Amino acid sequence: MVTEVTPEFVITDELAREIDRVLDEHGHDATQIVGVLLDVQALIEQQYVPQPVAFYVAQKLPIKVSVIYDCLTFYSALSPTPRAKYPVQVCRSIACKVNGSDSLFETVKEILGVEPGQVTYDGRFTIEEVSCFGACDVAPAIRINGKVYGHLDTPDKIRAVLAEFM
Amino acid sequence: MGNEARFITKNFGKYDPMSLDSYLSIGGYSALKRALKMDGEDIASAIAEAKVKGRGGAAYDMGRKWSQSRGVKAPHKVVICNADEGETCTFKDREIITNDPFNLIEAITICGYTVNAQDGYIYMREEYRHLRPRLLNAIKEAEEKGFLGDHIQGTDFSFHIHLYSGAGAYVCGEGTALIRSIEGKAGRPRMKPPFMKVSGLFALPTCVNNVESFAIVPHLLMDDDREYVSYGSGESLGTKLISLGGNVRRPGVYEIPFGTTVRDIVYDLGQGIPGGHSLRLIQFGGASGKVSDERILDTPYTYDDLKAAGVTVGSGSVLVIDSRTSVLDFLRMTQDFFSEESCGQCTPCREGNLHIKLILAKMARGEATQADIREMKKIASIMSISSLCGLGESAQNALLSAMKVFPKTFEIGGEN
Repeated sequence: MVTEVTPEFVITDELAREIDRVLDEHGHDATQIVGVLLDVQALIEQQYVPQPVAFYVAQKLPIKVSVIYDCLTFYSALSPTPRAKYPVQVCRSIACKVNGSDSLFETVKEILGVEPGQVTYDGRFTIEEVSCFGACDVAPAIRINGKVYGHLDTPDKIRAVLAEFM
Repeated sequence: MGNEARFITKNFGKYDPMSLDSYLSIGGYSALKRALKMDGEDIASAIAEAKVKGRGGAAYDMGRKWSQSRGVKAPHKVVICNADEGETCTFKDREIITNDPFNLIEAITICGYTVNAQDGYIYMREEYRHLRPRLLNAIKEAEEKGFLGDHIQGTDFSFHIHLYSGAGAYVCGEGTALIRSIEGKAGRPRMKPPFMKVSGLFALPTCVNNVESFAIVPHLLMDDDREYVSYGSGESLGTKLISLGGNVRRPGVYEIPFGTTVRDIVYDLGQGIPGGHSLRLIQFGGASGKVSDERILDTPYTYDDLKAAGVTVGSGSVLVIDSRTSVLDFLRMTQDFFSEESCGQCTPCREGNLHIKLILAKMARGEATQADIREMKKIASIMSISSLCGLGESAQNALLSAMKVFPKTFEIGGEN
C-alpha cells in the first residue's frame, strides 16, 4: 500500500473529445449534471473527477463549479479524489451481512492487501464499503465498475472474480 | 409454486426487452391505445376501483393520486417514475426494468395522458446503471414508432420521457430530494408543503409513482376478465411483488396474490431457512420497515393484516433473519445503514442516528443502563415526529418495533 501525492492531472485532447461526447449525449443539459459526472468519472483511469476535469465540465456545460463540487461531495457514487482502476465495492448491508459478507470483506482485504480507502501500489484496486445495491438475491455480493458478482461465499470464488482484473 | 401469480409479471420472458416490435407482437401498447380513447378521470377511477396503492412504500391510494394530479390546473405538468429503490433487500423494480421496460414506458405515458402532463422523468439509481441502455432504447424506439413524442398515435397528446441517474444516495428516494437531484443539485430533502402535486420538479405540478405502481396500469386497463381484482380481498386487492432475501434458501422476486401467508412466503416460495437454523425475526418493507418474530407467520400478507400485526408492507421486501444473528446485531446493522445514509441536514436525524448508534454499541459492550434504553427510546420517538423527511421519520421503525417484539433484549442483563 502506498499513498502517493497525485501528480497534476492533465486533460489530453482525446479525453477532452470524450468529455465533449458525454456532454453531447446529455444534450448539454445542466440538470443532467449527476449523470454527466458519472459518465465522465468512468472515462478517468482512477474512476474519479479530477479538479481540471470539474472545471472543464463547468465551463463547457456551463454550470457553476460550486454545483459540481456540491454533487461530487454529496453523492457517494461520485468522487473528487482518486479511487482506483477497479474499485471493489463490498455490500455492507443486512441481506449480504447475514449471508457472510463479513468473511467476504476479510477475504477481499487479504487478497488485495489493503484496507478500505487505501489503493494497491499499482493503482488498480481499492476497497469501498457500500450500502445495499439491490443484489440481495445473490448475496453476498461485490460490484466492480458497475458489474455485480454474487454468491461469493467461498474464498475460491472471490479469488476467481478478482483474478479477472489482475 | 402454487402461490405465485402472473399479472404484473405476465410479460416477463415473453418478449425481447430490447425490441419494440417484439413487445408489440405480444399485444404491447394496446393499453395506451385504449387509454387514448378514454377520459382521464375514468382511467383514474379504474385504478381506484382496483384499490391499487403506491408500491414505493407509502401505500397512498394511486387512483386518488392521479385524480388529484389531474385536478391541478397548469399549462405544464410532469410525471416522475421513482426507480431509486434503495431500501435494503428490495430489488423488485430491478426485475421490472430488466424484463419489461416497454410496459413501464407505456405506463408512464398513460399516466401523462391521465394527469395532462407533457413530460415524464425516470429517476433510476446508479446501482442499476447497467439497465440504462434498456430504458434509453425503449424510449427511442417508442418515439420512432409514434408511441412517445409529439402527437402520440395521431392525437393531440404529446409527451416526452427523460431518463435521469441517481448516484448512490438513499435519501434521493424521498420525493423532494429526488426532484432536487433531477434539477441537477445535491439531493437534500426540503420541507413540505408545498406538496409535489402542486409544486414539485422545477416548481411544476408533479405526479410521482413507483416503478411497480406504474407497471400494474397497462395490465389493469386491459383486464377485461377482471383477473386482478379476483386476487386478494378487502382493501388489498390484486397481487404484489415481494423481494425475499436474507436467510432463505431461494431468495428472489415473487409475485404473490394479496392474502398469501407469511409462512407460505418464507417456507414455500423461499423454501425456508438453510442449515436447520430457526427464525429470529422478519423485517418487512426495507431498512425503514418494522420487525416481527415467528408470531407473524400465519398472518396473511395484506395491508390491514400486517398493520394489525404491527408491521407494514412498505417497499415490499421480506427480510428473513435466522437465529445466528441476534436482535441487537440486526439493529446495529440497520443503524449503520441509516448513520451512513442520513443526509445530515436536520438535527433530529443527524444527531439521533449518531446517539442511537452509540447507545447500541454500549449495549453490545454490556455497559448500557436502563437510563440509556429510555434515552434511546426517547430519541427514536423524537426523530419519528420531528425529522425533516421520511428518512429520519422512519429510520427508527426497526428499533421501536423491536422494543415491542423483543422486550428481553432491552432488559439489562437480558439475552439476545
